Amino acid sequence: MKFIYERLLGGKKGAIGIAILAVLILIILPLGLDIFRLNLVGKYLTYAFVAVSLVLLWGYGGILSLGQGVFFGLGGYCMAMFLKLEASDPISTKIQSTPGIPDFMDWNQLTELPWFWVPFHSFSFTILAVILMPAIFALIIGYSMFKRRVGGVYFAIITQAIALILTVLIVGQQGYTGGINGITDLRTLHGWDIREDSAKYILYFVNAMLLFGVIFIGRYILTSKFGRLLLAMRDKEDRVRFSGYDVSNFKIFIFCISAAISAIGGAMFTLQVGFMSPSFVGIVPSIEMVIYAAVGGRMSLIGVVYGTLLVNYGKTMFSETFPELWLFLMGGLFIAVVMYFPNGLAGVWEKHGKRMVDYIKALQVVESFLTLVTNKLAVKSGSVSK
Amino acid sequence: MSNTDFALSIEDLTVSFDGFKAVDGLNLYVDNNELRVVIGPNGAGKTTVLDLICGKTKSTAGSIKFRNKELTKLAEHEIVHAGVGRKFQTPSIYENLSVYDNLEVSYPKGRSVFGSLAFKRTDAVDARIREIADEIFLGDFLDIEAALLSHGQKQWLEIGMLLIQNPELLMLDEPVAGMSVKERDQTAELLSRICKGRSVLVIEHDMDFVAKIAHKVTVLHQGKILAEGDMQTVKNDPNVIEVYLGH
Repeated sequence: MKFIYERLLGGKKGAIGIAILAVLILIILPLGLDIFRLNLVGKYLTYAFVAVSLVLLWGYGGILSLGQGVFFGLGGYCMAMFLKLEASDPISTKIQSTPGIPDFMDWNQLTELPWFWVPFHSFSFTILAVILMPAIFALIIGYSMFKRRVGGVYFAIITQAIALILTVLIVGQQGYTGGINGITDLRTLHGWDIREDSAKYILYFVNAMLLFGVIFIGRYILTSKFGRLLLAMRDKEDRVRFSGYDVSNFKIFIFCISAAISAIGGAMFTLQVGFMSPSFVGIVPSIEMVIYAAVGGRMSLIGVVYGTLLVNYGKTMFSETFPELWLFLMGGLFIAVVMYFPNGLAGVWEKHGKRMVDYIKALQVVESFLTLVTNKLAVKSGSVSK
Repeated sequence: MSNTDFALSIEDLTVSFDGFKAVDGLNLYVDNNELRVVIGPNGAGKTTVLDLICGKTKSTAGSIKFRNKELTKLAEHEIVHAGVGRKFQTPSIYENLSVYDNLEVSYPKGRSVFGSLAFKRTDAVDARIREIADEIFLGDFLDIEAALLSHGQKQWLEIGMLLIQNPELLMLDEPVAGMSVKERDQTAELLSRICKGRSVLVIEHDMDFVAKIAHKVTVLHQGKILAEGDMQTVKNDPNVIEVYLGH
């Protein structure tokens, strides 16, 4: 019990934060929004997985990855491949020249399912692949970079290049990946229609629960000695190394964890939105996700969820009215955060929000004191007049 | 290279940076329980020697053996595991962690990724941290953020972060730089206390301090040993006087 309270919730302070977020996500939003808007929130919350992964990797680990979209995309594509295969059974694709393969393959003159698609007939394999594939990919990248002590800006640039390469690869290999359109027209999961409103409700809650699960994992890591080591490495890497730690292993591990977390978000994106495309893999989405984390506060697992929701809400609002201004606003927001609120919303709350709460509390004390006094006076004057 | 009875034996150690030999055919032996001080003018190669021992710089030629274990081929963390601890010239501590956390992060358990995830703050760990904190005069500062410590206290903290690992060879690069006279005396007393049961290698410029702590002094000059012996002998060595005062 004590373990759950201190290590997963983060003590009193953390538990209150989680509770408020849970009330917002699990009660207020589902009750207050229609299913179209709620589904949109669900989509935003899948980006929050990436933002949470960036808290671990960037906020605490000091490793800025500008390619988290790669892992988000890999997770999403794994899920999309499974759903696409289910949607492409021989009966519903009988008008194709090769029935039983996804439609875009047929359009690209493929006559049989590529070997790497075959295992995605199995849902359990897909679930494993969603988590393990990106983690293994991160392991390979991490091993080859961190063992050679590549870090900082160089790491950021290389991850960005990887995001670009993967996008080009997906777009170029149209017959295998669906190309620029992505994998679309996803319908059912084991016969359960994911396009229906009831399914969207359920998926929203599954997504929310997974997000809390991921926040708990993050909290566990950050409150362990590993978490303090991450901070120590960010501050004085050499001191950690000469205290007997193999620094690169720690970086590789946190990079793999952050990849897996991002991938879960990607898979939930595919399920809720109903398609996956290269536009969620490349440089622009990867950088947008860094902005969500920066705005929310890169040192706060909960703050980044608010950051993600707020930026995306703004994006939806503004891009509906001033589509051409949005990118400038987003850039401006990022500059403002970096220059004036380095710890994002969570930092602003720490600094000013608490003071406001104290102020309100103080007002209440004064008020209750005043009522007490006036009551006393009233009683006194009453007794005198008697 | 033959095995010896010395704790640390450095033989024919050479490192060359683009042809410039910062350390040139160095032979140095340090005994168990010995506190050795290395002095020398700027650029003599003192810090480079420490870098070579702890693996920060790789040697070009020669051997470094600690308890007859060859160190030159090991990775930095493996050298630490072999029992070598090193304090850097400018205090290297984790500014945004508390004194307590600084010591805990240095505690020699949970050094692997999964070990650190499963690491628990047991009573034994807690007791050890408090014991070390008392030893380095920071017993009352455990909850203070390390960034708020004075320069001298930061130096002590880094020494404590090494002591908690109980290294058999402790290397200190200018441990009293930036300390007040009182702090220097306390540090001298600390060093004489902690050199029991291990070897200590100190680089220092402050000659009064050196005279106070050194069992033996080695003078380096241009990557080579110029003189070696007790403080008195070294002080009166004509070569040493020439190097320090001649120019």
